[in-house]
Amino acid sequence: MAQKALRIGAGAGYAGDRIPPALALAEKGQLDYLVFECLAERTIALAQLEKIQNPMRGFDPLLTARMKAVLPACMAQGTRIITNMGAANPLQAGKEVLKIAKELGFHQLKVAVVLGDDVLATLQAEYLSAPLMDTTQTVADIQALLVSANAYLGAEALLPALQTDAHVIISGRVADPALFLAPLMHHFQWRADDWPLLGKGVMVGHLLECAAQITGGYFADPGYKDVPNLAQLGYPLAEVSAGGDVIITKLADDGGCVTVQTCTEQLLYEIEDPTQYLQPDVVADFSKVQLVQVGLDRVQALGASGTTRPDTLKVTLGYRDGFVGEGQMSYAGPGAKARGQLALDVVKARLADAGYGQFEARYDLIGVNAILGDTLPANEPAEVRARIALRVGTQAQALHVVNEVEALYTNGPASGGGASKSVREVIAVASMLMPRSAIHTQTLLLPDSEELA
Amino acid sequence: MLLRDIAHTRTGDKGNRSTISVIAYDRQHFEMLERCLTPEIMLTHFKGIAKGPVYRYSLPQLGALNFVMHNALVGGVTRSLALDAHGKCLSAKLLSLEIE
Repeated sequence: MAQKALRIGAGAGYAGDRIPPALALAEKGQLDYLVFECLAERTIALAQLEKIQNPMRGFDPLLTARMKAVLPACMAQGTRIITNMGAANPLQAGKEVLKIAKELGFHQLKVAVVLGDDVLATLQAEYLSAPLMDTTQTVADIQALLVSANAYLGAEALLPALQTDAHVIISGRVADPALFLAPLMHHFQWRADDWPLLGKGVMVGHLLECAAQITGGYFADPGYKDVPNLAQLGYPLAEVSAGGDVIITKLADDGGCVTVQTCTEQLLYEIEDPTQYLQPDVVADFSKVQLVQVGLDRVQALGASGTTRPDTLKVTLGYRDGFVGEGQMSYAGPGAKARGQLALDVVKARLADAGYGQFEARYDLIGVNAILGDTLPANEPAEVRARIALRVGTQAQALHVVNEVEALYTNGPASGGGASKSVREVIAVASMLMPRSAIHTQTLLLPDSEELA
Repeated sequence: MLLRDIAHTRTGDKGNRSTISVIAYDRQHFEMLERCLTPEIMLTHFKGIAKGPVYRYSLPQLGALNFVMHNALVGGVTRSLALDAHGKCLSAKLLSLEIE
């Protein structure tokens, strides 16, 4: 008899994602696993800065709220949670989950913490001459500015944690699809060198990793692509067989839709060459995938495959890259565009006089040319928003920039309103490749802090 | 007609590259997409935005093309001063392309 399908739900597609759809899945999805994918490229570097300020922090700011919401349903139904919400501090995140569990009365709850993605020390010690991808620079060129360096771990790094009786598995940087591939490998005992099967598992992960982006989120275009009940949009779940066949679906009473169209958009999202989707566990091949609508809000995905995994792991480096000062001011009514343009010209001249002319800058009119440039026919908009952004060296310089924009009130064109200003430190990212052999992962089982191989 | 009448699109980003998928609502329009949406046309349509090169991958069984446009995001999401640093709006702009 065929083995029962494994049910995996997606509880988040990014750090700030909505919580109610995750709770609905936890309560009604009859899930084996609920996965929260919460790390964008820069998230760990920003979390690392937070951890430098406060060693007790540096994990996902919504971890507490998410766990409080879903733990009761997950514990009641035996649903295990897998997440990269550990960000720059998985161990502290694990302790936070234990604390919440105790408050909720789940004294038996165990958390497995996966460590080893943080390779900053190794990088500093041994890889300064390594090239940065897509540039002519080496690690040494940004060494003094480095904030973080994290390797994209594969599903393999999560397997020891899955073999424990932990209810919650928490990591830092793990390749997004690997968060979903890992429970498939664990549950169905897939071999770590069965490349076609791992390719299918990566596809499941890739389809789910952005959560609502496959159930009708980021899809609606009224009159062309209508999405039912977008306000109550649900998150997806996958029913996966031992052979890697998958059906993507959602809860019947959630809003949104799962169609061949939504699934095609997500399948191709950010994969570049469909024959070679590089992952830590396998090079996945989505080029022959077929999508079939097999029921209302049920799409079957067939035909993914894969080839031998790469010998290196991608490492993302976060580094300090100056400050950005950005200010905005609105103009409306007759002559709005001309007054907005005058505002830009005036600020530009004043910043040049102050010696800011050499900095990289943007002078945009939102509503006219801020996003697509001057590529559409010029029109006379009812309102525009002047936007000025400069990349500068220091916080004080960024403050000078935004104050010049605000000063448009009393020193600029007529009837400007709604000034806003922001100063932020730029944390940029670069990437490099590190041999697998240089990266050592480790699993800790809490509350006993028992270390596993 | 406009591309919008026969296809839908989604943008993603990787470093300084913009990825745009173009998917025919009806498979019978896929050949038209292949004929009309060449890398050269994409570079022309995104003049002033994407410097290129542009690579195209075909997925006929999905009625879809997947484009990778290099040097399209003002240095990349994390460094760009652009309002839409991810280039998320580029897929919508593509829908305004006139095709026949």
